[in-house]
Amino acid sequence: MSTAFSAPNFSTQSLPLNHTSTTTRDSPLVFAKPTSQFLRSTPKLRLSSSSKLNLSRRSGTVVAVSDVVKQKKSKSTPTLLITKEEGLELYEDMVLGRAFEDMCAQMYYRGKMFGFVHLYNGQEAVSTGFIKLLKQQDSVVSTYRDHVHALSKGVPARAVMSELFGKTTGCCRGQGGSMHMFSREHNLLGGFAFIGEGIPIATGAAFTSKYKREVLKEADCDHVTLAFFGDGTCNNGQFFECLNMAALWKLPIVFVVENNLWAIGMSHMRATSDPQIYKKGPAFGMPGIHVDGMDVLKVREVAKEAIGRARRGEGPTLVECETYRFRGHSLADPDELRDPAEKAHYAARDPITALKKYLTENNLASEAELKAIDKKIDEVVEVAVEFADESPVPPRSQLLENVFADPKGFGIGPDGRYRCEDPKFTQGTAHV
Amino acid sequence: MAAIFQGVGAAAALPSSPSYSFDSNKSVFSPRRSFSVRKGASFAVVRSDGTVNLNPKDRRAQLLISNAVATKADSAAASSSSKPGHELLLFEALLEGLEEEMERDPHVCVMGEDVGHYGGSYKVTKGLAKKFGDLRVLDTPIAENSFTGMGIGAAMTGLRPVVEGMNMGFLLLAFNQISNNCGMLHYTSGGQFTIPIVIRGPGGVGRQLGAEHSQRLESYFQSIPGIQMVACSTPYNAKGLMKAAIRSENPVILFEHVLLYNLKERIPDEDYICNLEEAEMVRPGEHVTILTYSRMRYHVMQAAKTLVNKGYDPEVIDIRSLKPFDLFTIGNSVKKTHRVLIVEECMRTGGIGASLTAAITENFNDYLDAPIMCLSSQDVPTPYAGTLEEVTVVQPAQIVTAVEQLCQ
Repeated sequence: MSTAFSAPNFSTQSLPLNHTSTTTRDSPLVFAKPTSQFLRSTPKLRLSSSSKLNLSRRSGTVVAVSDVVKQKKSKSTPTLLITKEEGLELYEDMVLGRAFEDMCAQMYYRGKMFGFVHLYNGQEAVSTGFIKLLKQQDSVVSTYRDHVHALSKGVPARAVMSELFGKTTGCCRGQGGSMHMFSREHNLLGGFAFIGEGIPIATGAAFTSKYKREVLKEADCDHVTLAFFGDGTCNNGQFFECLNMAALWKLPIVFVVENNLWAIGMSHMRATSDPQIYKKGPAFGMPGIHVDGMDVLKVREVAKEAIGRARRGEGPTLVECETYRFRGHSLADPDELRDPAEKAHYAARDPITALKKYLTENNLASEAELKAIDKKIDEVVEVAVEFADESPVPPRSQLLENVFADPKGFGIGPDGRYRCEDPKFTQGTAHV
Repeated sequence: MAAIFQGVGAAAALPSSPSYSFDSNKSVFSPRRSFSVRKGASFAVVRSDGTVNLNPKDRRAQLLISNAVATKADSAAASSSSKPGHELLLFEALLEGLEEEMERDPHVCVMGEDVGHYGGSYKVTKGLAKKFGDLRVLDTPIAENSFTGMGIGAAMTGLRPVVEGMNMGFLLLAFNQISNNCGMLHYTSGGQFTIPIVIRGPGGVGRQLGAEHSQRLESYFQSIPGIQMVACSTPYNAKGLMKAAIRSENPVILFEHVLLYNLKERIPDEDYICNLEEAEMVRPGEHVTILTYSRMRYHVMQAAKTLVNKGYDPEVIDIRSLKPFDLFTIGNSVKKTHRVLIVEECMRTGGIGASLTAAITENFNDYLDAPIMCLSSQDVPTPYAGTLEEVTVVQPAQIVTAVEQLCQ
């Protein structure tokens, strides 16, 4: 069971981290009983274990499962979860995410970007673990914490940084900003500022995939959609409505909950009657999985199953990733409410450090190779900043260009011509 | 809740013969013609694009001369087989338009509550599920915000959904998706994703449907950037607007009216669409410009009969395009008559009439001989009681009085 539910209190007890060493799939998992006085006010959580990962059962009979633990640490016969190549790819993607977000913070405080900027530090394992399994035609729908989802999906760092600087070379021409990253080429369907509003969009993309297969008879269309959202969103109506529709129509979608325990300053425990989000999947007829979101390999194993299910037409899955954001909700958040012990606990489980350890201990990569990747990424990020700095700001003429796909939508002016034919339209000064 | 109006009273309030209303050039980017009108006689108008049997290169060939003024002199629509076209009811016209577009493009699909097996609560999607299947005509659970968002996501990824709000009022629940995603997503994505979605449904004040089922959502949606809004009022323009909306790359909200579904009209057999951005000249005149849309068009036409008998010559324009306004047609009319009366069903505050008043004042103030008059519904929740409901909306008698006042 997750240790997350005792997260608020770390002062009384250090909790065994149940994903270490000797546990395997088939043995019962060790749980820590929460003893915090914080939890005294909430109903006593009954922590139960379930030993099997039963995703393959039909959705009507699936029961919630707990942590996926596949890692066996045995020096004699290591069962590696990844190849060297895969390992380096995962490492590079996570380092890119981390370095990029750190640079964002710097740039924000230097006045290069403004508004609401939400950084992903600490959650890299979820983005990398899932998105690196996707094909280009698969879709990703994110939230306002979308920079790293964009990077993992393949949007160039230059384009993302440029967008953050509000330059015309940004992936959305500077019109979207931090919370609205889109890429048609990479099938990143946003970037949404209001929580929950991306989930129906993801459901629609999954619907299109099914429609293409069944109505348009594109037999090989097996595109999968991933919807990322947080713990706060899981109390929102759109979440439940879409779980229902996705399960009803067996849409090829995976609902990925990035449960970092905090919605700005609202603790998940204070906002949710039953904080175990994964349990809400079976209520709608889909499997609900809980996974340690600080471990990229575990996330990847769960993701493989869930994405595979969707591709085979078996329907949606709800995956709850227990994760943590090392920084505040946004760069404007003073982050005063979270217990330093909690932060320290998760900082010790830094996904990048964990993967680094795994790679080096299993002789998949040397320190030097990993350092080379670090350096390469540093350069990529610096180049991205330079590119963004040197890019032009959007000219006035860009103002009206993308309001309508068909600019006739601005209507007919008093002179009888369509307003978009007005020369001032292309200058951005037309009266519309 | 979803009462289907059979031969409802509204039909009695209509002029006996529907008018064929034509407008606009075939090529939408060409300069507009001015209408030359002689009182009471036939006049030359130009057919909307999509005219099939005429030579597209020869613009003159597109002129159709017909006695298109909606007066009693017009033929009483005697259904003789020698007449061109076919007769149908407004909801059938919507259905026909939708069906034709679904046949034409397999990406067009329908989503909404009870659109499939039930055939639509106003029968606009009758028979479609049998013909096209349950996935193309999708019966959704009752989750407006989510299935509208699903439609938007589907539109972004290549489909062309037509989302039905069983009653327009229900779309209040979808406001998040309509405003943020439908309207704005094309822009915030830097133009990368288009949303060729049509959101349609019946709204307006019906027969004692109660306050919540009698809402006029056009006033709430009009500020959303990036969407177009059109309101149909005749079988002809219902089919034409439906088809144009589906073919448009922009998100379009098509407002139908609960009381107009059983209007009967003879419409052409051939393929045609009605331009989304244009207004419709219903009755040319000289004395006063009456701007209206949807159901109020019929109250206006009824008032027009009375006015004609009293010696007035009102020019009636069905604005059809609620967002954006067709300021060319409207402007030409204002320049001719110098007096404007707006008759709408929206509430007084913040309605389409309010915006239209502002737009006309801004653009054509010099041409006005009198302040613009705007007749709107009362700023009250629509009462259930029939007597009270009647006085919340504008009645023909008020329109007559208003014109008399305006023309003093």
